Amino acid sequence: MSPAPAPGRLHHLLQIEGLGRELLFQLLDTAESFLPVTQRAVKKVPLLRGKTVVNLFFEPSTRTRMTFELAAERLSADVFSLDVAHSSTKKGETLLDTLRNLEAMQMDLLVVRHPLSGAAAFFAAHAAPHVRVLNAGDGRHAHPTQALLDLFTIRRHRPDLGELRVAILGDVLHSRVARSQIAALRLAGVREIRVGGPRTLLPPALESLGVQVFDCVEQALADVDVIITLRLQQERMQGGHLPSTAEYFRRFGLTEQRLRRASPEAIVMHPGPINRGVEIASEVADGERSVILEQVSNGVAVRMAVMALALGAEPAPAEA
Amino acid sequence: MSTPIAGAEAIEDTLDRMAQALVALLQRDPRQVAVIGVRTGGCWVAEALIPRLAGPLGAQLAGPPGCLDPGFYRDDFDTVGVPPAVRPSHLPVAVDDRQVLLVDDVLYTGRTIRAALNGVFDYGRPALVRLAVLAIRPGQELPIVPDVAGGVYPVPAQGRLQLQGPESLSLHLLPPVAAERPAP
Repeated sequence: MSPAPAPGRLHHLLQIEGLGRELLFQLLDTAESFLPVTQRAVKKVPLLRGKTVVNLFFEPSTRTRMTFELAAERLSADVFSLDVAHSSTKKGETLLDTLRNLEAMQMDLLVVRHPLSGAAAFFAAHAAPHVRVLNAGDGRHAHPTQALLDLFTIRRHRPDLGELRVAILGDVLHSRVARSQIAALRLAGVREIRVGGPRTLLPPALESLGVQVFDCVEQALADVDVIITLRLQQERMQGGHLPSTAEYFRRFGLTEQRLRRASPEAIVMHPGPINRGVEIASEVADGERSVILEQVSNGVAVRMAVMALALGAEPAPAEA
Repeated sequence: MSTPIAGAEAIEDTLDRMAQALVALLQRDPRQVAVIGVRTGGCWVAEALIPRLAGPLGAQLAGPPGCLDPGFYRDDFDTVGVPPAVRPSHLPVAVDDRQVLLVDDVLYTGRTIRAALNGVFDYGRPALVRLAVLAIRPGQELPIVPDVAGGVYPVPAQGRLQLQGPESLSLHLLPPVAAERPAP
């Protein structure tokens, strides 16, 4: 079992809930310092030289896995990604055995994505004391680095977080991203968080998270500064939630017409991959208010910050 | 507040002398000069040197000074972790094929300059690098010697030499502070 982390320090990153406000902003500030590194000629710093990072993905992912790989490489860590379709887990190896084998390869940091909620916490609970675990998405539970990079992107456009109205639109029911986003936005102290979508895709008692719930997208969008559209997670649906994707777009999709309800400077975000013409119109996704590709670039800097802070040593004890 | 061991006037005189020596040194080579300060004190010293260098060097000065934070290049990640408050480095002029004048406030162990050199080379390939420091505190642990230095200040083992600024620069001898990070 891992020892209890020092308060205010990043140990594992399993969810946003439980992070302190100070640590949240330390993560964002550190990411801000890494951002220019990702844009210059030599996109690398030697901070994690000699460390080994393993990406263990039990679910398909393009952006998240690639940006975690890039982030590790830009910190000069050795990184390998285990695509579970080609690994021993397919042959019946237990998660615990997989973990022990990776530890035997002197792994320092494990990045996990898994279809089951709690999988990352399982690894964290059983990992050797020096190993850090980062959750890259577990079931419907959490996707903390996505929420951090979204908050980072919002803050770069609108540093006045306390004044902002943010609308999260779409399939909240199946979205670990939404859950983590709501937690991050609350912790950052944004003025108002709204959630909008069809009732069948909004979990019950959502209001208890401190958000306003709308089943009319137009109302949810009124005067907001930030719009986060969520992907309609068709692969997680067992039917019955929606009549059709065309119907969904007609009633809930983010179109240019609906966008006019928001504040004139509102930014449009999406964690990707986008379903054009389902949750968002192409003109909006490619429009001048869209920061969707910026989110991808920012994802590398934010994941660098998370890795560096998780793997960084505890501060040296104060000298007398 | 501590008494400065070099006050504002003394620092101004020191900067004048350093600038004179630097102009003579930099004019030996025809290539343009990119000045880069090391965060934080080194950036203040670089800013203060620029007006003194601008006249004599003229067009040989490539542009405004850069400010480099070597935090991500330090060698103590395994003992102290991510340095707090590393801020984005800002290098407004390219370093490729230029004379880079690296400027810091205090040279002590030399580890910060080692880190800064690694940082500079991730921005390009300078033709040559010169090092100017306002103060040398004896105790170098690496073969790093400045080309131009303002003065040498021996400091008791537990003390610290600190440049205060940026409005008016003064050099102070500080007693050790609790919870202080080890000097770079």
